[in-house]
Amino acid sequence: MMSHRVLTVLNLAAAAAMVGAIYMALVQAPSAINLTETDRWAQRIIYFHVPSAWLSMLAFFVTFVAAILYLVRPQPRWDILARCSAELGIAFTVGATASGSIWAKPAWNTWWTWDPRLTTYTIVLLLYIAYFMLRGAIEEPERRARFASVYSIFAFVSVPITFMSIRWWNTIHPVILDPNEDFGLGPGMTVAFVFCILAFTVLYVALLANRLRVEYTIERVAALRARLLA
Amino acid sequence: MALIEIEGLEKAFGRHRVLRGIHLAIEAGSSVVLFGPNGAGKTTLLRILATLSRPTAGHVRVAGVEIRANPEGIRQYLGLVSHAPLLYDDLSAWENLRFYARLYGVERPEARIQELLERVGLWPRRKDLVRTFSRGMVQRLAIARALLHNPPILLLDDPDTGLDPQAAEMMTALLREVGGSARTVLMTTHHLERGLALADRVLILAGGRLVFDADAATVSYNDLRPLYDRYVGGA
Amino acid sequence: MKRYLRVIAAVWWKDVRVELRSKDIFTGMAVFAALALLILNFAFELRVPDKRMVVPGVLWVTVAFASVLGLGRAFISEKDRGSLAGLLLAPVDRSAVYFGKMLANLVFILVVELFILPLTVLFFNVSLISLPLLLVILLGTIGLAVVGTIFSALTVNTRAREVLLPILLFPIILPVLVSGIRMTIGLLEGDPLSKLGNWLQLLIIFDILYLAIAFLTFDYVVEE
Repeated sequence: MMSHRVLTVLNLAAAAAMVGAIYMALVQAPSAINLTETDRWAQRIIYFHVPSAWLSMLAFFVTFVAAILYLVRPQPRWDILARCSAELGIAFTVGATASGSIWAKPAWNTWWTWDPRLTTYTIVLLLYIAYFMLRGAIEEPERRARFASVYSIFAFVSVPITFMSIRWWNTIHPVILDPNEDFGLGPGMTVAFVFCILAFTVLYVALLANRLRVEYTIERVAALRARLLA
Repeated sequence: MALIEIEGLEKAFGRHRVLRGIHLAIEAGSSVVLFGPNGAGKTTLLRILATLSRPTAGHVRVAGVEIRANPEGIRQYLGLVSHAPLLYDDLSAWENLRFYARLYGVERPEARIQELLERVGLWPRRKDLVRTFSRGMVQRLAIARALLHNPPILLLDDPDTGLDPQAAEMMTALLREVGGSARTVLMTTHHLERGLALADRVLILAGGRLVFDADAATVSYNDLRPLYDRYVGGA
Repeated sequence: MKRYLRVIAAVWWKDVRVELRSKDIFTGMAVFAALALLILNFAFELRVPDKRMVVPGVLWVTVAFASVLGLGRAFISEKDRGSLAGLLLAPVDRSAVYFGKMLANLVFILVVELFILPLTVLFFNVSLISLPLLLVILLGTIGLAVVGTIFSALTVNTRAREVLLPILLFPIILPVLVSGIRMTIGLLEGDPLSKLGNWLQLLIIFDILYLAIAFLTFDYVVEE
């Protein structure tokens, strides 16, 4: 369990990193060339969009690893870690999907396309909503943890397969928008981009640490109450 | 060395602690009856022994082997009669036993099934679907099923619930017959007299702990009744 | 190993035997599939220039929905009669029970597909049935049965199990549907199977990968 002091430092670091990220993304990073005024601003969404997408995958990967650890050694802390990380994963997925959609409006002139990445993210969102529905449908904590672990292993493994299948589908269908189209980052942009990815990672770690602390506190309160009433 | 050794066995469902430290050694060939109020943990204890449920803490050894280390091997030595008959309504008595004989790899299954069906008095009904059977008949078939692979250990979880007195009487006779041999029997029941008649050792489980353990020969029904009522009342 | 295979065969045979008697699963799936085909026919009839264009999608959606119906029953019937413990008492690794159940589900779905296929030909007036298509359907159905069987065991001990099964199942089996539809389109347009090689690979990888995960995790799903 993390000490209070470490947590405070982590929180401050996350706050500072995020302020820095906003500065880097909106002020420090140079504007993209060869774009209209609107697109130039819209392009800056990648400093938010890509880190969100990356972190949602990291978060679900943490859930996947924690699930395996739980099955190998069934201790509640692995399950708590899996669940908290999955919650954050959903939050970042929503962030990535929403920011992608906002970017798509000026760039592709539509809020929604069946782009493989966007479609995969939507399915990922549904997968982890299903994960929480499964959790909600089981009363007994130990069984809930076990079943959720099994499901999250299936869910995480399915992501690359789903992505591949949708990507192939689109490449065979008429492709209006090239899904491989890249942003083509200039040198100044790369600095801001890498900074934002790191800042978001710190944010994820800080959020996870706080979330775990809440969960451990809930556990302890419940245990104390049980002992008091016994 | 005892055939079944249980040490510090605990089982919790979430915060609900069903078994709170069971220590028990059962000698080969003995017949043990386990009394206890509803919710005392009798079924949970039997399910752990049958490898259907995973203990939270503690050790269970059968013939010196930790059951978690080799559950497949242990299951070959166990027969279980539980609340549910573990039979299929849409199969006949014969088909049900034939199915379980395959699961256990029983040698010369036809002869064995016939022998058991005759013993439980269901041979004439062997081709009838289980859904047409009375509760007593189902329970007799369930016992035949549990004995199919001739397990050295027989676990009986309330085998007499829901039976009318006549059927219960028949079952008692049957159990005495099958338990009489070298078989080790652990059974739970709410019926004190029947339990005493079948067992050579009496246990009471209450609140997740063993609170009473005695040789059946030294305990009479009149001694046991107030004791049992106290635990049931106090549970 | 011999015992392991014998238990798989016994569980499979038991399920088939019970189904031959009761016909619960098959009747339910088949009637549902016929209804789905009818409804989908109306959904597309007026808006699509040629109904044949939607046949691949109609076929796979019907198969997937009908399968969920049958897969749900696989463990619900065991659970409600309390007979699951009897299977779990078998003196082998419990994955044998999984394989037996999975193969039984596979056969049930395949039989229903044998009913769906001619019905689709009839309703949508398209010559569909060919050997390559049957292979594609077999591989896709294996994927459905592999994932569906373990999720059936997963949901049987939960509240609202009938609702939960499709919600858990569909996002995972999406690649099966995508590649199945894609290959059916290809075959209808006269492509040889060899041209669809990477889709076939995807389907085979899906089947093997999830079979391995199910094999490793089934024990955790059935034990208390």
